Amino acid sequence: MKQLLNTLYVSTDGAYLRLEGETLVLSVDKVKKHQVPLHHLGAIVCLGRVAISPALMARSMEDGRSIVWLSEHGRFQARVEGPVNGNILLRQAQFRAADRVETALEISKAFIAGKLRNSRNVLLRSARDSKDEAAKTQLVRAAKSLAINLRNLAHAESAASVLGLEGDAARVYFEQFNTMIKPQMREEFEYKGRSRRPPKDTVNALISFLYALLLNDCRSALETVGLDPQLGFFHVVRPGRPALALDLLEEFRAVLGDRLALTLINRGQLRQKDFDLRPGGAVMLNDSGRKTVIMAYQERKKETLQHPVLESQVEIGLLPLLQARMLARYLRGDVEAYIPFFNK
Amino acid sequence: MSEPLLPIMLSALQHYSYCPRQCALIHQEQTFDDNVHTVRGNLAHERVDSGESGTEYGVRVERSLPLYSERYGLTGRADAVEFLDDGTPYPIEYKQGSRQKKMHDDVQLVGQALCLEEMTGKVVPEGAIFHHKSRRRRAVPITPELREFTIGLIAKVRALLESGQMPPPVDERALCKECSLQDSCQPDLMGNRGRIRRLHERLYDADDEGDA
Repeated sequence: MKQLLNTLYVSTDGAYLRLEGETLVLSVDKVKKHQVPLHHLGAIVCLGRVAISPALMARSMEDGRSIVWLSEHGRFQARVEGPVNGNILLRQAQFRAADRVETALEISKAFIAGKLRNSRNVLLRSARDSKDEAAKTQLVRAAKSLAINLRNLAHAESAASVLGLEGDAARVYFEQFNTMIKPQMREEFEYKGRSRRPPKDTVNALISFLYALLLNDCRSALETVGLDPQLGFFHVVRPGRPALALDLLEEFRAVLGDRLALTLINRGQLRQKDFDLRPGGAVMLNDSGRKTVIMAYQERKKETLQHPVLESQVEIGLLPLLQARMLARYLRGDVEAYIPFFNK
Repeated sequence: MSEPLLPIMLSALQHYSYCPRQCALIHQEQTFDDNVHTVRGNLAHERVDSGESGTEYGVRVERSLPLYSERYGLTGRADAVEFLDDGTPYPIEYKQGSRQKKMHDDVQLVGQALCLEEMTGKVVPEGAIFHHKSRRRRAVPITPELREFTIGLIAKVRALLESGQMPPPVDERALCKECSLQDSCQPDLMGNRGRIRRLHERLYDADDEGDA
């Protein structure tokens, strides 16, 4: 099994990363703060103002280690890429599949089926954990509603109807977000409907940041297997938009993003003080909040889950790569169907 | 003028002979995952690759020698080629394992012999596999049967790479255990299409168990 390598997240403003022998050195104002061996690092993610030496960049490209800059709030800014990975036959198959309406529809449906199944699981898990009978009933009812959408999805015959079922399910699911937050935490964390750019409440600030970390992992996974992250099946192609990474993200949002957000909130690992409230209503994770989230995300990636297709325990951090590989296998005609990740 | 033959890496002959799917994964999908065997193999080759050409014990040795055959459309490199006094080339392929006779190592050597014959105009009657672990040579006579077999194999490899298709995994799982490409190949998954079909059939059916 491919080894799950660490991702180094650097969020120290003004940090400088350079190569020293077989190690990476992080310094601030020319003072050495950290030194880590390179061979354990699969990726370097810089949040905000971070600089990297050309030598470290060159070495990382040689090793196939990705380097990405996100804004301090997780918005994608730049990526350093080495030579194009993988196989032209695979990319050709990807482009042809995207052009075949039926195939594109089939793959879109699989991604959204994964999303609905995993969203349902998050609802049912919260229902089991809840001590409030009314809340339980409500969560189970929402899960049933998603099950209906899932069954209808099987018969969807156009991209528009897939989009409709997905949108409807997302509405039902997010209506329950406050119910999934423990009553004693609801004052600090109230979900007021999805808002992005900027998020307007703490819950949105938190899940947007987690989705950004996840999206970055999905994108890297697709690039690693040689797929083009910009050509999607469900998400429409738009310049600069990683449409296929967004497609793949759909199956992971609930299980890796929302579930982790709820844990952080319900266990009190994040509090109001971890967010900055800006005049005019924007809410952002602050430095301490980001550190807590990144550490929890890193820990979560090391946990294992039973993979439905591989029928073995796999590290959560490897899921995007495993799914990207299975998508590649499907596109090359090696297997009959693309099965999204879902936990039973 | 006809299009030149699709050049085939000499190593592809060994890969195909071991497992056609492994050959396609490496030469078509451009997959390369390390495992203990490839790491050991690389270590064994490091010595070869760093070695310089020259004269050893009165024999001229060329290391890491580029090889080609236009007739068969082959390209690659020989770990080492000794040139006997009359100019006859004697290819030596380095393998990390101990001294076992393996068909897939032999065909790679025959491929090298075919190249050397075309390049030098001399008949190559024999080559050897050097086994790094036992540090012993195993002489491989380039028999008419081996030649014929290898030439047939070249055609099969070419047909596979030109088709762009992925062959199924081999039935012999013992081979998979030793293979570095297991993660990418997923032989058991491909071998169990039924599981994918079942999951696909149930993908849109939520299990209502536990809902109540």
